[in-house]
Amino acid sequence: MSEDMNGGMDNTLTDPLSSTNLMSLTIDGQEIQAEKGQTIVQAAQKNGIYIPTLCALHADKESGLKHDLAPGTCRICTVKANGRTTAACTTPISQGLVVENDTPELNDLRKTIVELLFVEGNHFCPSCEKSGSCDLQALAYRYQMLTPRFHYAFTPRKVNADMPKLLWDGNRCILCRRCVLAIRTEEGEPLFVFANRGDKSTITVDTELIQDISEELAQQAMDICPVGAIIRKGKGFDTPFGQRKYDHSPIGSDTACSSGENKAGGEKS
Amino acid sequence: MAQKITIEPVTRVEGHGKVTIHLDDNHQVTESRLHIVEFRGFERFVCGRPFWEAPVLVQRLCGICPVSHHLAAAKAMDMLVGAGDGNGLTPVAEKMRRLMHYGQIFQSHVLHFFHLASPDLLFGMDADPERRNVIGVILEHPELAKQAVLMRKYGQEIIAATAGKKIHGTGAIPGGINKNLSLEDRDAFLNGINGNPDLSADKMIEWSEAALALLLDYHSSHTEFLDGFAAFSSNHLSLVRPDGALDLYHGIIRAVDPEGKRIVNDVDSRDYLDVVEEEVRSWSYMKFPYIKELGPKEGWYRVGPLARLNVCDFIPSPKAQAAFEQFRAYTKGKPNHMSMHYHWARLIETLHAAEMMKELLLDPDLQGTDLVIKGERCGEGIGLLEAPRGTLFHHYQVNEQDLITMCNLIVSTTNNNEPMNRAVNSAAVAQMTGKAEITEPMMNAVEVAIRAYDPCLSCATHAMGQMPLEVTLYDAAGAVVDQQRKGM
Repeated sequence: MSEDMNGGMDNTLTDPLSSTNLMSLTIDGQEIQAEKGQTIVQAAQKNGIYIPTLCALHADKESGLKHDLAPGTCRICTVKANGRTTAACTTPISQGLVVENDTPELNDLRKTIVELLFVEGNHFCPSCEKSGSCDLQALAYRYQMLTPRFHYAFTPRKVNADMPKLLWDGNRCILCRRCVLAIRTEEGEPLFVFANRGDKSTITVDTELIQDISEELAQQAMDICPVGAIIRKGKGFDTPFGQRKYDHSPIGSDTACSSGENKAGGEKS
Repeated sequence: MAQKITIEPVTRVEGHGKVTIHLDDNHQVTESRLHIVEFRGFERFVCGRPFWEAPVLVQRLCGICPVSHHLAAAKAMDMLVGAGDGNGLTPVAEKMRRLMHYGQIFQSHVLHFFHLASPDLLFGMDADPERRNVIGVILEHPELAKQAVLMRKYGQEIIAATAGKKIHGTGAIPGGINKNLSLEDRDAFLNGINGNPDLSADKMIEWSEAALALLLDYHSSHTEFLDGFAAFSSNHLSLVRPDGALDLYHGIIRAVDPEGKRIVNDVDSRDYLDVVEEEVRSWSYMKFPYIKELGPKEGWYRVGPLARLNVCDFIPSPKAQAAFEQFRAYTKGKPNHMSMHYHWARLIETLHAAEMMKELLLDPDLQGTDLVIKGERCGEGIGLLEAPRGTLFHHYQVNEQDLITMCNLIVSTTNNNEPMNRAVNSAAVAQMTGKAEITEPMMNAVEVAIRAYDPCLSCATHAMGQMPLEVTLYDAAGAVVDQQRKGM
């Protein structure tokens, strides 16, 4: 037997499920099965359990992605796996893994992460076109963020409007890395890249390559951004109230077994 | 001994202001000032933002008339995207915006009359403040209070159906609108929201007529007070339709002098800078606009309901037109300079808004699907409209990257700055000359003069009679002679 990266025991050699490439694990006491090699987030998603994500994104028609993204940058998906806190989007499952997910302790931790993201940037939700469709805002509602516990940083941030089809607003960027990984030219060249380090980290745009992107790619860039950092230029607010992503059900409610414990306004299903 | 009286904050208006009244050794009022003590800075912090954010961002100027700022900015953005200057939109876009705006005018006027002004009129401005507030109105005139609540609700629901939300919606976008009006909404507004016939278009017209009748009845028994209180001659400015009709959404700029002679004659709203200039004074954050040609001493003017009815030739809805004819006949066709008649004019406009809402709701264009048009992009946009409190000027310049580089806003209350100061002085002279002691009714009289203009200093006050108010008498050396406080 070998010890996996989370300290759990890999029982695949002796587990009768190994022949079908499935593993058994529990999340919040619920026993589930998932394919070997999947992350905890992927396993939870497949079994209808909600684990919040901002940087990670599943491949589906809505996201336009062929492969799941799991950059591990935002840490909102933090869970306890066999007692150790870890990012669920980057941690592969193992046989017998015990995951704690929807607990008061972890949800408070997630609320703290949301608060830190809000005070670190300049998120002026009321005038943001992504308001109502913003994952960060939706998580703030889910975790009932009323007022931040931390001082606002008022970090000076840039707005890059030198692109014909897109506007990048650093005030709202949470450095999730989705755009870096997913938005590329047909030849696979990245249009968005990370620059600098630590609290100087930012996104820079290849202003030469991005000049000729298609309308579809520009729209995908806006859609894939979990906040309002990437916005289509020249139009805005064309989605009326009532038709925005989270107007009728809160984030996570589309996941079958999502807990309603800390969910504002959502129905437990 | 010279004295200075300070009323801070002024109550039952939107926002924070303070009044200082200076008395000389003989207790004669020598000077009165309305200070606007808030600094907000919208003109600066919209710079650097993309232009399509402006209609959503600037409506945070106000919580009572956000639609007016929303639409004025949207009209400026129409120019930017080549969709005309108020007349180039699709029928559904233009009419949805108009419906939104008449909903705004209606609910705001109702709020002002019943919630802010009626306690003074129903109980008298020297009545006990414990009674002279909206709770007093509810307790002693419950049917009237219920009507007021339902009328305001109706206007707010119209806004929600057209802008998406009752406050701070996103309906108007550059070049048009982001939704049409559903048949379900239309039928509900015509026949009664949620099946309640008290929330129907016809009931709004009926109750608007009743409110106007109430004011006229009050006028008949308080003629001297309403005609004389804080009355003074002035110029009047507003937008009008090219044929001279009252038009609250779009028009040309017209102004008349105290005798009714036109001093600004039908100027295109895009040329507003040829007409209006602003003066800065050291003691207020609010500027003092004036008609450029006449200069700051002679060119100051009034805006709002009174000015609009003094400037326009007629009102294009039958019941309001009949009321307008009575209003104009009262001053024999000359401009009406009586500040308290703002209430009269406001209720005529309330009736007009109710009639216009019904007319628009019956228009099948509202169910159209052609929502947005765009033309040739330019770098400058100007949007003017008649907000509940008066003419609203929005002016933006945008760079090639679509970011706003310049913003100039002249809001309705700014236009009324000089008149409000004069109204304060008029009331102070009448109430405080020769008096050695300040009384609460004296202070309220000054506020009544300001309230007639329904100023929007921002959106943070209430009307429960508990607003902190402090009046201090200073002698010439700055020592406190007397101090009165309430709600603190």
